Amino acid sequence: MIATPHVDWFAISTILVLLGASGIALLGAVLVPRALRRPFAAAVAAAGFAGGIVTSVWLYVDSVDGHRVIANGFYRDRWTALAQVILCSVGFATTLISVEHVPGWGRNADRSRRDDHVAEYFSLLLACAAGMTFFVGAANLMTLFLSLEWFSIALYVLCAIDYDLEGSLEAGLKYLVVGSFGSAALLFGSALVYGATGSIGFPEIANAVGGQGLSGDLMLVLGLALIVAGLAFKSSAAPFHMWTPDVYEGAPTPVTAFMSAATKVAALVLALRVLETSFGQESHLWTWAFAGIAVASLAIGNLAALVQRNVKRILAYSSVSHAGFLLIGLSAGTALGGRAVMFYLIPYSAMAFGSFAVVAARERELGEAVTLENLAGFGWERPFLGVAMWFFLFGFAGLPLGGGFIGKFYVLAAAYDHGWAWLVIVGVLATLVSLYYYLGIVRAMYMRPSAERGLQTPAVAGGSPPREALLHVAVGLALAVSVGSLFAVQPLIDLARHAALSLPF
Amino acid sequence: MTINSVTSLLVWLPIGAALVVWLLPLSRYATGSLAVLVSLVEVGFWIEQAARFDFGHSGLQFAQRGSWFSDLHVSYHVGEYAFSLWLVGLTVVAMAAAIGYGFWVGRDRSRAYFGLMLLLTGATVGVFVSQDLLLFYAFFEAMLIPLYILIGVWGGAGRLGATVKFLIYTMTGSLLMLAAIIVYGLQAGTFDLVDGPTSASRWLFLGFMFAFVIKAPLFPFHGWLPDAYREAPPEVSAVLSGVIAKAGLYGMLRIVLPKFPDPSSYYRTAILALAAASLVYGSLLAFRSPDFRGVVAYSSLAQSGLIALGLFSGTNLGLDGAVLQMVAHGLVSVSLFLIAGAVERRTTTGELALLGGMARGRPALATLLMVVGVISLAVPGSASFAGEFLVLAGAFQRAWWWAAIGAGAIVLAAMYMLRLISAVLHEARGSVVTDDALDLRAGELALVVPLAAVLLALSAFPAGISHHSFAGDQPTSAVQGQFR
Repeated sequence: MIATPHVDWFAISTILVLLGASGIALLGAVLVPRALRRPFAAAVAAAGFAGGIVTSVWLYVDSVDGHRVIANGFYRDRWTALAQVILCSVGFATTLISVEHVPGWGRNADRSRRDDHVAEYFSLLLACAAGMTFFVGAANLMTLFLSLEWFSIALYVLCAIDYDLEGSLEAGLKYLVVGSFGSAALLFGSALVYGATGSIGFPEIANAVGGQGLSGDLMLVLGLALIVAGLAFKSSAAPFHMWTPDVYEGAPTPVTAFMSAATKVAALVLALRVLETSFGQESHLWTWAFAGIAVASLAIGNLAALVQRNVKRILAYSSVSHAGFLLIGLSAGTALGGRAVMFYLIPYSAMAFGSFAVVAARERELGEAVTLENLAGFGWERPFLGVAMWFFLFGFAGLPLGGGFIGKFYVLAAAYDHGWAWLVIVGVLATLVSLYYYLGIVRAMYMRPSAERGLQTPAVAGGSPPREALLHVAVGLALAVSVGSLFAVQPLIDLARHAALSLPF
Repeated sequence: MTINSVTSLLVWLPIGAALVVWLLPLSRYATGSLAVLVSLVEVGFWIEQAARFDFGHSGLQFAQRGSWFSDLHVSYHVGEYAFSLWLVGLTVVAMAAAIGYGFWVGRDRSRAYFGLMLLLTGATVGVFVSQDLLLFYAFFEAMLIPLYILIGVWGGAGRLGATVKFLIYTMTGSLLMLAAIIVYGLQAGTFDLVDGPTSASRWLFLGFMFAFVIKAPLFPFHGWLPDAYREAPPEVSAVLSGVIAKAGLYGMLRIVLPKFPDPSSYYRTAILALAAASLVYGSLLAFRSPDFRGVVAYSSLAQSGLIALGLFSGTNLGLDGAVLQMVAHGLVSVSLFLIAGAVERRTTTGELALLGGMARGRPALATLLMVVGVISLAVPGSASFAGEFLVLAGAFQRAWWWAAIGAGAIVLAAMYMLRLISAVLHEARGSVVTDDALDLRAGELALVVPLAAVLLALSAFPAGISHHSFAGDQPTSAVQGQFR
């Protein structure tokens, strides 16, 4: 008889809800007739994510004193719960834009086979989100690695799911290879840390480092470096970003939208947790490491974006540069930095998701990859999506049209508070460079006449598809969050502050 | 609704109206009428506010304050001093004229156009009433977005290059200002402009000044100016030179001078030298400029220099004159750009070589251009003369040679403005001037005549502004006291 630990089912309710929905959606793939498969699976996914939002909000309210549950393997606290709310919201919005898009709408798609794998798609999306919601609450190196692989494997398949679409398979394979490398680094790092300290629980590692005077121990430092590298892979920070543009470009656009928002949230939330909880004594090392990674991400992301023509690639490099901005807050290693990152993630995930959703709409309309050339006139043809897009882009650029402005202000303030005025200057210069390509997209949408567009017009591609109400709703929600977070700074920063109280700053 | 919320109303009414215009599928005519109506209501609110303003009181008036986010002590804090009241007045009047012009010429994509103009109105008023640094920055940047799109969509052939240059220049300045704001705010423990302490940091001073000299602009940071003023639609050029440029000068007066007294006196000579260089260089370029708008654009550069000369002279006369000149030049330059737009609509070009002889048969155009032009060249008795005289007297108190340079530049102003007037109105009839080119129509007169009338009233009674910009007769001590 093996002694089973006491299980706090409520603590993992979000994960269970998502997993349950995932299972039901998968059953739908076999049991529900093909004609109903798409609406059924989408409805299950939407219900699952809505349920996940409810349970994680409840968990946030009900977890004032954070503690570990289930054999000290999982954190039940507000830091976890708030991240789960963001992740489930992104998942919900992704469901909305996926209904008409995925999989099999590509140019070469066989229309009759369109609904073959739609239920699997939603099932994987739910499973992936379940893995992420587990990941953000991981409390030891074992659950950390397990949940990392859990959501990564789901993401590899999601990237490759649209096998009729050029580049989707390639994206999946590329992500698999490079992602495995990142996972391997993280696993190896975990092994070294375990070897040095003899513990896998996050607080136990810190105790061991403090108790045995291991600070600066070579094996521990090497392990920490590899864990940092593994997490940087997932948050697509330079120089671990090489996969980002290719995968973001090749994956089906709704998947890209989900990845760009959710993966970054999961990776950064967990990074703050593990670094603060386990490696507080080594903070002089990892703050500098992340400052370096942040500067590299800002430089590489922004400069590479300048020369791109494909809009998904531009946004992918913008995602790299935003990893840099968020890591500025992380590298401060203070409570201010912690809540700055958590706050920034809210408008950031809305803007990242929203901008890719708009690209998805245009892509579907044209039946080909969206470039700066064939974006011409889009702002006038689709006024709502166009205006939403410029709100997202100006928000990315840190202009005061959304919470991105406050987020940037907060992370830079955290850097200055930490005594790093030079990092403020770097952040400001990076913003300046980024303006050029964000405005390039706005310019393409509004200021170049449609006549300059290439041969491919909606008419050639078989006429504009009908307006998609659900996609508009999703973009509207993203717009509301992104603009609303400019006005509702106080309530959101309070949420983030209470969440950050769970971490030992 | 308290009496003080009229300041907030001036900011948010046009922004709300912009949302209405964007969301409701109104016709072009209804959209334009609504925008004009809202801009006139703004003028009405401002007049009502000015009537209730207590010019003898030195503190902030019509103030409203609420926490925005408390952990970094950032608040929504708006209010007005006497000098901000005048600049708000300039903004609402200029925007009403510009929106009216847009309605008159019938800009296409009217809902987008009028929404952006209204958004610009709200953001610009916001700059002049913000009493919190982050709020100020937010509005300062928010002005850029509508301007960028207005120039980029409705501008001339070279608009794309002009917008890029304009945005990169101004954002370089403002992002350095953002860094300075963060450092200042965290050091001071508050971002509030009224509560905030003075700072002796030269780096912070330079961060703020960099943004403001680009916005104003002063030589040698004016690279964006000629393209933006030439390529923008005329009413946007009018707003840009008449109002937006004043935001930079206002920033010097509201933030730099009171909060950075030591660095201001340390760099005084350097700033005065830049101001004098802008004055002379701008005037010379205006004299050489081949087109109508180029003359007005470079004269704006010169006038920015003159105003900065007054601000940084650090004398009572200079400060009084600078505020008066901000308003007077704002009105002059709005009128001149609108007239330039009217001329270009009739002749398809602003090239002075192709124009000429337009006075014959067009008495209204001739009279108005003459009136505004003569006020602009600071003929004695005009509002500009009063402003420039005060500025030069202030500069003279600092050192006689600043006044000497300024006086020389005023001679240049007479030269370029008379050259402009004669090239458009007189001389032989230009090749593009046909008999079909009508005189100013009723709609255009309705826009420019009120502006000219305000200018004439201001010429008759310049002390209305110059004695009512700072409580008491000691602007320098008001600045030293940080306007508390």
